[in-house]
Amino acid sequence: MKKRRGDKVSTQTGRIDKMGKKMGMWFFLFTEILFFGGMFLLYSIYRYRYSQDFHSGAADENIVLGTINTVILLTSSFTIALSIAAVKKGENIPSSLLQFATILMGVAFLVIKYFEWTAKINLGIYPDSPVLLKLAKGEILFFGLYYVMTGLHGLHVLIGVVVISFMLYSTQREKINRDNYARLENTALYWHFVDIVWIYLYPLFYLIT
Amino acid sequence: MTPINETAATTSFYERTGKYRWIIAEWMMSTDHKRIGVMYLMALLSFFSVGVVLGFIIRLSLLSPGWLMGQQTYNEFFTLHGVIQIFLFIIPGIPVAFGNIFLPILIGAQDVAFPRINRLSWWLYVTGAILILLSVLVKGRPPDTGWTFYAPYSVQTPANVSIAVMGVFVLGFSSILTGLNFVTTIHRMRAPGMGWFRMPAFPWTLYATGWVQMLATPVLAITLLFIFLGRFFGVGFFDPNKGGDPILYEHLFWMYSHPAVYIMVLPAMGIISEIIPVFSRRALFGYVAVCMSALGIAVVGYAVWGHHMFTSGMSDTARIIFSFVSFLVAVPSGVKIFNWLSTLYKGSIEVDAPLLFALSFIFLFSIGGLTGLIIGSLAPNLHLHGTYFIVGHFHYVMFGGAGFSIIAGLHYWFPKITGRMYSERFAKIGWLNLFVGFNILYFSMFILGFQGMPRRYFDYPPQYHTNHVISTMGSWLLAIGLIIIFANLIRSIFKGEKAPANPWGGKTLEWSIPSPPAHENFQEIPVITRGPYPYEEEAR
Amino acid sequence: MKEKYAENHAVTTRTYTGVWLVLLILLASTIAVAKLRLLAQFSTLGSLLIASAKAGLVLAFFMHLKYEGRFLKMMLTVAIAALTVLIGLTFVDVWLR
Repeated sequence: MKKRRGDKVSTQTGRIDKMGKKMGMWFFLFTEILFFGGMFLLYSIYRYRYSQDFHSGAADENIVLGTINTVILLTSSFTIALSIAAVKKGENIPSSLLQFATILMGVAFLVIKYFEWTAKINLGIYPDSPVLLKLAKGEILFFGLYYVMTGLHGLHVLIGVVVISFMLYSTQREKINRDNYARLENTALYWHFVDIVWIYLYPLFYLIT
Repeated sequence: MTPINETAATTSFYERTGKYRWIIAEWMMSTDHKRIGVMYLMALLSFFSVGVVLGFIIRLSLLSPGWLMGQQTYNEFFTLHGVIQIFLFIIPGIPVAFGNIFLPILIGAQDVAFPRINRLSWWLYVTGAILILLSVLVKGRPPDTGWTFYAPYSVQTPANVSIAVMGVFVLGFSSILTGLNFVTTIHRMRAPGMGWFRMPAFPWTLYATGWVQMLATPVLAITLLFIFLGRFFGVGFFDPNKGGDPILYEHLFWMYSHPAVYIMVLPAMGIISEIIPVFSRRALFGYVAVCMSALGIAVVGYAVWGHHMFTSGMSDTARIIFSFVSFLVAVPSGVKIFNWLSTLYKGSIEVDAPLLFALSFIFLFSIGGLTGLIIGSLAPNLHLHGTYFIVGHFHYVMFGGAGFSIIAGLHYWFPKITGRMYSERFAKIGWLNLFVGFNILYFSMFILGFQGMPRRYFDYPPQYHTNHVISTMGSWLLAIGLIIIFANLIRSIFKGEKAPANPWGGKTLEWSIPSPPAHENFQEIPVITRGPYPYEEEAR
Repeated sequence: MKEKYAENHAVTTRTYTGVWLVLLILLASTIAVAKLRLLAQFSTLGSLLIASAKAGLVLAFFMHLKYEGRFLKMMLTVAIAALTVLIGLTFVDVWLR
């Protein structure tokens, strides 16, 4: 029979089960895949049905802003990954700086999003608006999906920014250190997931040919 | 091993820990899986009782439509009955009650992987329950959409749908966290020597259920969110005027709600798999197949949701596929039934209450399952969809199945949880009333449905009257049975004979610790050297 | 065993930087595919494939999946397969109505 490895046992011996916590975080991300998945499902059906309308709706999207946001998130994944590598080497200050950079980029993303949304709202395009309701059915759906999907994604970015801020605080206090960084690692997993969702949102809303 | 302090090892987990001044704070703030499980159990049974009363009143109304309530109220009654029984009783059901209390013990662990998340799950459950209660109490009418909240009506109705839907959303989150917790617990915290195939069947079903909770519930969450967004912001994903498709609501809704029935029934089957070996003194026949079938049901059950929508307007190809896969899921279910029967065969049978309810499960679930094949076939479904045949079917599988399993588990684990024995005599008298009443109440529904009586209808033409009266009378007998059963259990908590650690001669780990367990499950983590049902080996 | 490997295998800064650069290149290529109408009617598929390549890199390196145990990779596959089944069967309805 397989020998039970000591480091797998958690509350029984009072040791922290790092692998268990990581597993828990991955499982949570699986649930998020299904949560966002429901929205992607609706998007894919409606785009199949109204491909021309989706194309028209997306025509006015600001590709520059969307691309900048993509670069921002990809780079923020880079910085948070580096921040963990740093803390593993015991370099708490570089790690803190990298986490701070990640937070700044998250905020920048949200600021750009804010501008994109207000631009649309100023044009009268928002759910249930008179302007929207006059558009073609597929366009109404397109903009509805735009707001819901980027909105929920933005909410996840905001939550991520808040959580990373807590991690930054703990890193500064050395509560997160080379022997105890599971929380930071799991936070990073969440952040990468948020990045991946955007990786899919970007072509689906900005690059419809 | 960890040094255990004397007090934690010997006093029952009910004794005050002294951490908080008020006992209610001590329990509500507890991260002990046993306390959380007991609190859940009390809540579940309370909501079940409310749901039963609602059902009882619905049946009374149907004796002579209009004498008790009007049409609008009737719609609100069956909506609430469904929401309470499904979201507050049977979906959380066995996992949060018996799963919480016994999973760590069954695998030789001191607690679950994430005790504080477990506590969060409990708090979310309470919050969800309060929100649903509020939807009835606050200004405006209670929801009248049916527990399925179909769009576009759920988006348009002025009733308090938003609060109810928020409540279900919160409950879903609670469920997801429980599933996540249990799956991690089973992976990481089994005692030394307990390989996967030395783990009892009940944890196996909790494992499969945990995956379903994690991978299906989020789809419900987003669907409910769409309703909410539709009501508040006019987002019209299911509104044809805004390009939406109501059938997509049904797809998204049933993508969760079908796997949800496996959340209800898989742990129930797990309990049966525990009870049958003990009361026939035989190892579970085909133990590996039984465990694998739990996974099989979970996987296949993920791809059958369309059978709730055969008359909605789906494509023919989709309907054929969904019907075919629905038939497939009967296979792993059948594996379990045959293996249970084979376990009983030539066993040394003691028909105590746990076994009596377990045998009832097999009988009633089989009827429910077989009628499921009838409605899973496309042609009959055209006639039977939306009729009382469906109502009969799901009450047989959910109540006759999972419900009876819960009662079986209550009796089986009663000595362990309370440290006392219930009265076997009254359990059996209660069973008789419940069983006979149940079949009268629900079998007549198959006939009603076959004759064309639609479900969720407040009123009906005279030709259905007789069967409705018979059904209602069945509900009275059923209610008497439930009252006797619960009165017996409640009384026995206070006046029952003290129970030993192992009154049934069970071989799984919970029977090796005191009744009730101490704060800390095990003085020393056991080292496992044998399978979970060694009856034959020990008899040699 | 596998966990020790996952723990101890430090992904170097160089690897991370390399991944990041490839991600940016993939981003550029996805814009090219869209703007330059490369791949014609397969441009949607192309965009999604490139997006999946990006996601895969983030998963494998930033999220360390390449170095994790078989089980985790299997379970991720299960989750993605589940979503695929959901979207796929719904399409069987919508597409063939």
